[in-house]
Amino acid sequence: MNYFNEDITSLHDKLVNKEITVRQLVEATFDYIEQTDEKINAFITLNKTDALEKADALDAAGIDPDELLAGIPLGIKDNIVTKGLKTTAASHILDNFEPVYNATVMDKLDGQKTITVGKTNLDEFAMGSSTETSYFGETHNPWNLTKVPGGSSGGSAAAVAAGEVIAALGTDTGGSIRQPAAFNGIFGIKPTYGRVSRWGLMAFGSSLDQIGVLSRSIKDSAIILNAISGHDDHDGTSATEAVPDFTKALGQDIKGLKIAVPKEYMDKGIDADVVKAIQAAIKTFESLGATVEEVSLPYTKYAVPAYYIIASSEASSNLQRYDGIRYGFRAKDVKTLEDVYVRSRSEGFGDEVKRRIMLGSFSLSAGYYDAYFKKAAQVRTLIKNDFDQLFEKYDLILGPTTPTPAFGLGEKVTDPVTMYLNDILTIPANLAGIPAASIPAGFSETGLPIGVQLMAKKMDEMTIFKAADAFEQATEFHQAIPEFKGGQN
Amino acid sequence: MISREQVAHVANLAKLEFDDSELENFTSQLDKIVDFVDQLSEVDTKDVAPTTHITSAVNVFREDVPVKSQTRAELLKNVPETTEGLIRVPAIIEKEEDE
Repeated sequence: MNYFNEDITSLHDKLVNKEITVRQLVEATFDYIEQTDEKINAFITLNKTDALEKADALDAAGIDPDELLAGIPLGIKDNIVTKGLKTTAASHILDNFEPVYNATVMDKLDGQKTITVGKTNLDEFAMGSSTETSYFGETHNPWNLTKVPGGSSGGSAAAVAAGEVIAALGTDTGGSIRQPAAFNGIFGIKPTYGRVSRWGLMAFGSSLDQIGVLSRSIKDSAIILNAISGHDDHDGTSATEAVPDFTKALGQDIKGLKIAVPKEYMDKGIDADVVKAIQAAIKTFESLGATVEEVSLPYTKYAVPAYYIIASSEASSNLQRYDGIRYGFRAKDVKTLEDVYVRSRSEGFGDEVKRRIMLGSFSLSAGYYDAYFKKAAQVRTLIKNDFDQLFEKYDLILGPTTPTPAFGLGEKVTDPVTMYLNDILTIPANLAGIPAASIPAGFSETGLPIGVQLMAKKMDEMTIFKAADAFEQATEFHQAIPEFKGGQN
Repeated sequence: MISREQVAHVANLAKLEFDDSELENFTSQLDKIVDFVDQLSEVDTKDVAPTTHITSAVNVFREDVPVKSQTRAELLKNVPETTEGLIRVPAIIEKEEDE
């Protein structure tokens, strides 16, 4: 069974009415994954035995009508630690790592009785935009198997788009939820920095990382975000603000909503099919009663270089812990302690991770700190100020999620700078710490999905959900089903 | 221009090692990346405070009371080499230095 014609609410009703047992649902999910994942490779690890045990326990106890998520199978990105279930960050250095504790989001989902189907593929340590740097092989885009699914949450996005799971958790440091959501024709939201605890998320860029949700239906993301949000004593950066019920934003009128479209997000670097889809989305929002105005975010072009310095600097520090001593891969035949560190890291990390560690170590090193790290952090202030000013006048900022639809496997992986530029439209939200989502907005002439991005001020996911839901109701792009094409494109 | 020597120095700081062809490759790639990020020098940042974190929180404290965490067995579960409940590593001090 696939999830193309279901959402969490419809599945929940079937479970409550005993039209289907949790075991049947879970078995059908694994049957379908076994059929499709040979082509997609969305999962690194499947959690079948444990999932079926949980299913039986839930069937024995019965599904409570108030427990909307009980028995719902989900995919979890493999940089989120799951107790007793292998968690690799798609890296050789952690390919045997079995966490002894749960991430806070996993404890919260367990509390809601969801079922973890498996751990989804990603770029190694979430560093990439294509899921090609995974130690466990690349993931394929279900719309066209010769294309990338985006990244770094490419496994989560492809699993949802292929109908393997109803929803999945992802993480977003520079666009890693929104870009793959756009490339796969699904919804994906990166909440406000601090909205969701990162305890148990393998740290990449700590001032940027945020956990979020990918799903076909916007309501399903709202339901799951309700479940995982909130302050956590284990994460000092988690926000203390009250969490609203995100589903309350759905089904609202958006008349009078003020939307800004930065001209830098629609300039000549953006693919013509993408511009067309975004212009059509603007018309849709106008027809729903929103006002849309062109604005300027003049520091946009500096977001990518500032981000790569900041994220890589933080990564070079965060990844010091992988030293072959306490967990993960240790190189063989090492004679000295220094060798354990150097050889375990050199053999355990892939090239993209090494590039970022090198760029970060360089940016932080004596003699370069002021010109690189400090400069990037100052530019970040200017970018953040630009957003603050716009949100004094506007409710939302709208633009494309990505400059192009999904690119070909192998097309950019050898050219780091070209790959990095692909993130130009998603990175600013991470630098500013604001919430942002990608919503299906059409298709290219070659049949590849295109996403429209909505950004709101801090802690205002409600406005994103409200506008995204109104757009979803007014359009049919989210209903399209991928064809697993072999790839003439 | 980034030199091979600079890249080798940074690799040493980052506890990574590269053979000659890798060093060549990383030098040319890092050179391109550094060249790309150098465009930040165009931006006037005089008197602009750096943003190194994005929350409004200043310091987050908790009461200094012990709480239950993992057991020794759990913490040792993923350690590559153990001896008698301890983490085993190669000799830290080389023999010559020891004498």
